[in-house]
Amino acid sequence: MPELLQFLLSGITVGAVYALVALGFTIIYNASDVVNFAQGEFVMLGGMITFFAHAAGLPLPLAALIAIIATAGIGVALNKLAIEPARGAPVVSLIIITIGASIFIRGATQLVFDKQIHRFPAFSGDQPILIGGATILPQSLWVIAGALAVFFCLWLFFTRTLIGRAVLATANNRIAAQLVGINTNYVMTLSFAMSAAIGALAGVLVTPITLTSYDVGLALALKGFAAAMLGGMGNPKGALVGGLLLGILEAMTAGYISSQYKDAAAFVVILAVLFAMPQGLFGRKSTDRV
Amino acid sequence: MSLLQIEGLGIDFGGVRAVNDVGFALKPGEIVSVIGPNGAGKTTLFNMISGVYAPARGRVALDGEDVTRMPPHHLARRGLSRTFQNLQIFQSMSVLENAVAGHHLHERGSVFADLFSLPAARRRSRASEESARALLDRVGLGRAAEQEAGSLSYGALKRLEIARALALKPRVLLLDEPAAGCNAVETEEIDHLIAKVAAEGVSILLVEHDMKMVMRISNHIVVLDHGEKIAEGEPAAIARDPRVIEAYLGAQATEAQNADG
Amino acid sequence: MRLSSKTTTLLILAAVIAIAPVFFPSSYYFRVGSLIFVNGLAVTGLVILIGYAGQISLGHAGFAGIGAYACALAPVHLGLHPALAAVLGAALSAAIAFLVGRPILRLKGYYLAVASLGFGILVSMVLSNEAQLTGGPDGMAVPELGLRAVLKAIGIDLSNTEFWYAFSGLVLVIGAWLALNLYHSPTGRALRALHGSEVAARTVGVDVAHYKLVAFVLSAVYASVSGSLLALQNKFITPDVAGFMHSIEMVTMAVLGGAGSVLGAILGAAILTTLPQVLTVFQEYEQLMLGLVMMLVMIFMREGLLPSITRRIRGRAE
Repeated sequence: MPELLQFLLSGITVGAVYALVALGFTIIYNASDVVNFAQGEFVMLGGMITFFAHAAGLPLPLAALIAIIATAGIGVALNKLAIEPARGAPVVSLIIITIGASIFIRGATQLVFDKQIHRFPAFSGDQPILIGGATILPQSLWVIAGALAVFFCLWLFFTRTLIGRAVLATANNRIAAQLVGINTNYVMTLSFAMSAAIGALAGVLVTPITLTSYDVGLALALKGFAAAMLGGMGNPKGALVGGLLLGILEAMTAGYISSQYKDAAAFVVILAVLFAMPQGLFGRKSTDRV
Repeated sequence: MSLLQIEGLGIDFGGVRAVNDVGFALKPGEIVSVIGPNGAGKTTLFNMISGVYAPARGRVALDGEDVTRMPPHHLARRGLSRTFQNLQIFQSMSVLENAVAGHHLHERGSVFADLFSLPAARRRSRASEESARALLDRVGLGRAAEQEAGSLSYGALKRLEIARALALKPRVLLLDEPAAGCNAVETEEIDHLIAKVAAEGVSILLVEHDMKMVMRISNHIVVLDHGEKIAEGEPAAIARDPRVIEAYLGAQATEAQNADG
Repeated sequence: MRLSSKTTTLLILAAVIAIAPVFFPSSYYFRVGSLIFVNGLAVTGLVILIGYAGQISLGHAGFAGIGAYACALAPVHLGLHPALAAVLGAALSAAIAFLVGRPILRLKGYYLAVASLGFGILVSMVLSNEAQLTGGPDGMAVPELGLRAVLKAIGIDLSNTEFWYAFSGLVLVIGAWLALNLYHSPTGRALRALHGSEVAARTVGVDVAHYKLVAFVLSAVYASVSGSLLALQNKFITPDVAGFMHSIEMVTMAVLGGAGSVLGAILGAAILTTLPQVLTVFQEYEQLMLGLVMMLVMIFMREGLLPSITRRIRGRAE
């Protein structure tokens, strides 16, 4: 039993990170119908910028704040320079643009910073906490709390604020939203900023556990994308559940079957889910209008 | 003996009965029109008959065979063909290629032969191209054959869809507003074309807003309102039917109000 | 007589392949050339899938991996000649594409992207993890094709790089010829029809699921043969051939050059294959430049390089 609990705890920790990346995917997808493959780079930037700001002598919270704001700025720049000019391009072109952006950000990071692996101290020390025979790092609790807090804030934002509802309206029908006076360009800018900031936050939270370097973004983007699709693209609840499921699945496979095939298990399950439910677990079913 | 038999057909969208309990029959060579105010469910009815939507209730029979919920490509093989209200043209193809593509069932063959451009494959392509050119001439698009389909006017695209649908050599043809966006001359040409196709024994089911055209060429008219059949009969009888007048005048009155407000 | 676009494309392709050695007569350039042709072949397959049928795959490197490892494994374990091993790899790829494609191709857009992505990752994972069979991430040796020795025996003596330049160039021309034949055939029309409007294609009788599968299987065979050629000319192979980045590279080449046209896609392959070679001087900037090129072309030339350029030239001429 402690073994199972141990796998579950590590799965939830990893899953919380995936969920944060998936939430980032979801926000941008809702505002623009774009799946942003550079989402993983935001996580990388969050970790890298925090490390270098911290190494330059800034206190960790300030360094993290700077990293989140700077990454949000990069997200906005990505929207203005690459996504808005390509409005209406086919899916495959958008995939290439955002993957191009991801490669570009990786290349720039490696020039501006370096190619080393970095870590900064955990927020509340490295002393593992014992829970029913299993252990969990205090930093893992930070990660899980971060994911839940972001999900809760997003829920408040989308249901309780005017601008949040404007984002949802834009997601539903862009032209109708414009007609009722919603500035859809502003909605998109906001979505990229939020999504990048959430990614960076994930990077800040997880770097003390997983470490970071210029090239960690792609793997995270793929997992986050898979989690978002598993849950049903565009649905924040789906992103949270999809991320956690994926993380737990990986931990269980690594623990009970083979650590080499932990990534495989995730994709096998995703394929199985999509075959049975082509719109993901919580996705809406669409009817083609003719 | 009817060629197409519709019985009790119905479908719901999100709990709303879009179409309910509609039934009628089509004999070979007959032109039946479905009319009704906007939103009466005419296109939805077409989508159910042609297999694009799966009806929740009712039955469609083609030449005695139950074809309810059969996918469109199987219906095509049984000789049912259609056009679309909001155009579904193959945009990146030339006008000619659009018409040739309508011959799919006649020209399809082994992928292997197509890859190696074997004589059999070229023969199939040539035959469908010749037939497509004849059809384009028939709808008055012969000279536009080599143009990109996207460059045609709305009315011309409507006729291109008819040519593409005729390429199947259908027994039943569903035309969804074929004259929309056409000028008076073009409308009359389409009018003649439909009559001629029907005279060759093809049954035609028509949705059209041009009432003069409907009254002129239909053998039989079915009237829908709010998804239900409210009347059916010969054109003259329909024109006098109080329920039909009400449905239309009511709709027009509402429209007029909307225009004022 | 007016040349058909098919003949023009093939003539241009064959002429460039035949004449380029005059300007670039070194084994380094032959090597780059044969890499271009190998990539061009995979990308021609994607033209059928993406350009004709309008379907996405982010996992086609998986098929390249199957083709490559068939050439490495079948000669050792089954005693097959490397050429037959390549054929076996293509058949296996076709069979797997047939089985996987059926459920995958019901999905659309991003859902299809993630499902194909998952497939590709599964293949590359098997290749890296089954180390006792595949040598794992370190890769494994691939036997000599042996065709060069046969040519020498009949008096055609080519250096290794010359041979692979000529041979992969020839395979590419054949691949392009088949793809162009398909474009103008009933099958090609059905594929382009379902790309244009799925519902209209169905109503004219196109069995959409079947034809998507045809495009998927054909493109898988192209990718597989391309992987086999790569393995045979390098005489060595690693799981990277099946990796996600290779899948992305293939799609980018196709779309960058113009997925709707065979010549455009091959041009895309040529550019993205030579770009890293040119950029080795500024190795630090390689990723930066690659990312920038991908974004700029897709933003400013949506149809891809070749179609956009020819359209502009035509526009000027009129």
